[in-house]
Amino acid sequence: MASFSTNEIKPGMKVLLDGDPCAIVDNEYVKPGKGQAFNRIKLRNLMNGRVWERTFKSGDSLEAADVLETDMSYLYTDGEFWHFMKTDGSFEQFPADKAAMSDALDWLKEEESYVVTLFNGNPINVMPPNFVELEVVETDPGIKGDTAQGGSKPATLSSGAVVKVPLFVNIGDVLRVDTRTREYQNRVR
Amino acid sequence: MSASWRPTASLDLLRQRASLLNCIRAFFAQRQVLEVETPLLSQATVTDLHLDSMVVELHDSKRRFLQTSPEFAMKRLLAAGSGPIYQICKAFRRDEAGQRHNPEFTMLEWYRPGFDDQQLMAEVEALVCTCAEQSDNGSSDWAVSGFERISYRDLFQSRLDIDPFAASDQQLIDLARQQTASDQLTLSRDDALNLLMAVVIEPTLQAPVFVIDFPASQASLAATELTDDGHRVARRFELFIRGMEIANGYLELTDAQEQARRFAADNQRREQSGLPVQPVDEFLLAALASGLPDCAGVALGFDRLLMLTSDRQRIAEVISFDDNNA
Repeated sequence: MASFSTNEIKPGMKVLLDGDPCAIVDNEYVKPGKGQAFNRIKLRNLMNGRVWERTFKSGDSLEAADVLETDMSYLYTDGEFWHFMKTDGSFEQFPADKAAMSDALDWLKEEESYVVTLFNGNPINVMPPNFVELEVVETDPGIKGDTAQGGSKPATLSSGAVVKVPLFVNIGDVLRVDTRTREYQNRVR
Repeated sequence: MSASWRPTASLDLLRQRASLLNCIRAFFAQRQVLEVETPLLSQATVTDLHLDSMVVELHDSKRRFLQTSPEFAMKRLLAAGSGPIYQICKAFRRDEAGQRHNPEFTMLEWYRPGFDDQQLMAEVEALVCTCAEQSDNGSSDWAVSGFERISYRDLFQSRLDIDPFAASDQQLIDLARQQTASDQLTLSRDDALNLLMAVVIEPTLQAPVFVIDFPASQASLAATELTDDGHRVARRFELFIRGMEIANGYLELTDAQEQARRFAADNQRREQSGLPVQPVDEFLLAALASGLPDCAGVALGFDRLLMLTSDRQRIAEVISFDDNNA
């Protein structure tokens, strides 16, 4: 298995730590006066999202993790797994479990494209696109003409997410939403 | 090639750099300390376990080391009767790159025959304060004279509640691992002390402070002495400002035999650690044998001083081009 020396580790690289795949967040070189040099490495555990900080002697190495990020389109769920298919024409399908779905569950839409992180060939994380277009399935009736300013109300989208929307929005409207901030962007139709 | 051709420092910073150089030269001219230049390439190099020198090939059978500091050559000038001298030069250290490190950096080093470490600390403080005042861009509010002096032992006791002389190797190693959440680290006693110093203590040293009375195992080229309570300490000092190491000074070791013994001990430890054994600088040993005047000397990171006076966090911001686009 390939490995990286602490001297070449850069943010974004994927390594194994305690058996878990991690993404490098930061690598700080520390050299006290005349002493041994160290690297303080901040890593995000890709299995659970937790950020770890570990210290290594400079020159030590970390094992590379077999982690691949691939675009896949969402197909369906059977209640236990959520099924995705590669968009490269191979039609290869991958089932993601609930733990891998935590970032994407609120934003699921059939045939939409998601970034699926594979570790040793298994999905460990699914990231929604930054913006998705979803239909409103439940909200208080819209107030006509109020397109300008002020006021918001909750609306439930077809994916199940509840977001704050302007007062003029009606059931059946399709909205564009920022999945990172959960903020309403505009009405598509 | 993702790096830009443009300087990593702003043009304004390069002007501040030039005026800091002027300030230092004026400071030493006024005190009648002579500016010298010594070779960057030399036949021998340091034996320090944790200083890795770069090698240059002059031709097939002739190799030279890029200096990690001008210390050896400057001591030969002192032994030849130069009197007080200073130098502003490039130093080179292999594998040192980071927020505060660049493999090639600028060092200010000076020697004061007849001074002890206490007197030299006072002069370091005067230099740093003078330059900070002259930079005068409102970011040097730390530059108030009367820098605190604290012993290595008091520092560890106050910050970590451990006595760095009395604690066992295992206690220090366990504490270092615990403080860095890194229980897999293989550490020696000095590794553990250095890690605790760099990671836990250094960030707390915001106001200027001289750390003194280092353990003798970290003496390097400093004289040592026994304290009243029976610990052997090095007459070495380090200046920290805003959580950053700025200068390292010694009451210089003048005993040629002791110096030769330390070189040999270093090389033995290098061999045990699988590091190359370095050629010992026989010119330095000969100069010490002929007589190095009692003196104190200090090396100060010029780039880091500029980071302080210009309020920058990264060394790349104060040098024209860093290692990524040099």
